[in-house]
Amino acid sequence: MTLQVFVEGAGISGPGLEGWEASRAVLKGDAAYRPAPFEPPPIALLPPAERRRAGVAIRLAIATGLEALTRAGRAPATMAMVFTSSSGDTATVTDILTVLATDRREVSPTRFHNSVHNAPAGYWAVATGSCEPSTSLCAFDSSFSAGLLDAAAQAVVDERPVTLVAYDLPYPEPLNTIRPIAGPVALALVLTPWPTERTSVRLTVSPASHAATTLPDHELERLRLSNPAARGLPLLAAMAAARAGAVHLESAAGTGATVMVEPL
Amino acid sequence: MRPLAISHMCIASSVGFGLDATLAALRTGQSGLSPRPFETVTLPTWTGEIQALDNIRLHGEHAAFDCRNNRLAEVALGQDGFAEATRAAIERHGAARVALVVGTSTSGILQTEQAFRARDPATGALPADFPYEQTHNTGSLAAYLRARLGVEGPAFVISCACASSAKAFGNAARMIASGLCDAAVVGGADSLCLTTLYGFHSLALNAPGPCRPFDVARDGISIGEAAGFVLLERPSSRDTAVHLLGYGESNDAHHMSSPHPEGAGARLAMERALSSAGVGAEQIDYINMHGTATKVGDIAEDLAVFNLFGDRPARGSTKGHTGHTLGAAGIVEAIVSALAIEHGLLPGTPHTETIDPAFHGRYQLAAEPARVDRVLSNSFGFGGSNCSLVFGAP
Repeated sequence: MTLQVFVEGAGISGPGLEGWEASRAVLKGDAAYRPAPFEPPPIALLPPAERRRAGVAIRLAIATGLEALTRAGRAPATMAMVFTSSSGDTATVTDILTVLATDRREVSPTRFHNSVHNAPAGYWAVATGSCEPSTSLCAFDSSFSAGLLDAAAQAVVDERPVTLVAYDLPYPEPLNTIRPIAGPVALALVLTPWPTERTSVRLTVSPASHAATTLPDHELERLRLSNPAARGLPLLAAMAAARAGAVHLESAAGTGATVMVEPL
Repeated sequence: MRPLAISHMCIASSVGFGLDATLAALRTGQSGLSPRPFETVTLPTWTGEIQALDNIRLHGEHAAFDCRNNRLAEVALGQDGFAEATRAAIERHGAARVALVVGTSTSGILQTEQAFRARDPATGALPADFPYEQTHNTGSLAAYLRARLGVEGPAFVISCACASSAKAFGNAARMIASGLCDAAVVGGADSLCLTTLYGFHSLALNAPGPCRPFDVARDGISIGEAAGFVLLERPSSRDTAVHLLGYGESNDAHHMSSPHPEGAGARLAMERALSSAGVGAEQIDYINMHGTATKVGDIAEDLAVFNLFGDRPARGSTKGHTGHTLGAAGIVEAIVSALAIEHGLLPGTPHTETIDPAFHGRYQLAAEPARVDRVLSNSFGFGGSNCSLVFGAP
């Protein structure tokens, strides 16, 4: 069983990958990938209090989703959202775990409400004023493909555009040693169930468990393997190169997908 | 949406294990809440703890998944023949055609909380064999259930705080409607941990005694733990099972941990659920409210429900039975809704004595027998994440 969706816009954030336009040459294979320090920007749309409280994970997810929607020319307030991440706000969770291991156990109320897996979705709604549905999901290293399947199903069944945002970022120690994640990295796609004048590519998505498509650039391949959101890079690479063919996405954690890419 | 049959259910909470024990508790008003301290927690609050989890371990091929949350899921799977019913569904549809969409908020984080206390004093390192992927990671519950049940369709965890396992019904319904699968295991598990107990304490939201939803003297939540799962499938013509008729989701777009004061987001979720089910407000017989017994949360929900439904349908909160089971609240209350329809029962609102005189409509304090054809169940979470579900007789 396959689902057919169309892409109106993409967003990408990461070390040496600052936005879709700036990353195209690297994604196409025309330029070597050179990681460079990357810090997601403050979210100007947030009210001052929320802007202060928004940590790296929240800024990463929201900035990348907004980039994709700007490219698609769509208003964020009308958009159903799917956020997918293996490990969510790694810094906030580590702060809470550290405090809980002390005698006083004085958890910060802001950190507590920021620690939920759907914190980016909550801040997204405040930033954009959107009351539209959002999903926040996780499937460990298969989080990108699980999110893509979920977003495609929603676009097709509800006959509406859906924006997918995949994001993941490193844990501080001691969890970094146990669960090393590179980054921060986020990818975003605006999916529609029908072609529009902004459509650049058709995706035919199905659940599958093939060995994942790899990237020819060794550094970029290393990033793909070291960040769950970056598992989606082969799909964005095929889109950037306008290259038709099958892209297999990570299935090690159970929910893989194969995507037939057709540039339009 | 096209109605989907809930062809099988299982549940474990602090009021008991299995559907019979849960139904008996609903009928008698039994509560699973107690002041017994959990783990090393010294807060003056009651919880809906399942003490048996302390003595359960996952063994054999699934031993790496051993943590309180997955033990809890295992206890639920063992009730009412659920694991066998899933195997039968796999035989009917094929393993790749059965999906798994389950909710949790904190997964197995208790394991990491304990590991942080056991860090190497010299290096700060966690034990090298700490099974992060199988316990702490939010996806762990789906990975465990997938391995345990042999399901091979898409499997993932919804983590939208206290709306998680209600929202999982929406994702699964879309997955079935899209043709990606024919059936789905839907539900969730959330277990006690220090993060939520001390976290809600930091927001001054833990009640010192048992929670009293909608009571004039309500003073906060009682955190509980529970797991429940259902099999969701396209109905057959002979189906006698309760159906999922509709779902509605919205965001408050207001604040991370305070609800919109007039419950605007809650109302939108309920309106979308009714519209998805194709039923009018007058066709709902009972509303299982989110009703966690916080001062402001109950006000917002009372208003949202009154504005949409008026005085008529009986309403109440079953949080006094089980405690607020956070990411599992949606599935627990979905199963309560199904039991209410199947057995002709309006559940009560245990521990609540005097409804706040500012509130509106018919609050159901004690359970009573009644014909119940359709139920609307609310689950609202941090981040302003709202979900309403409509269940009905076939």
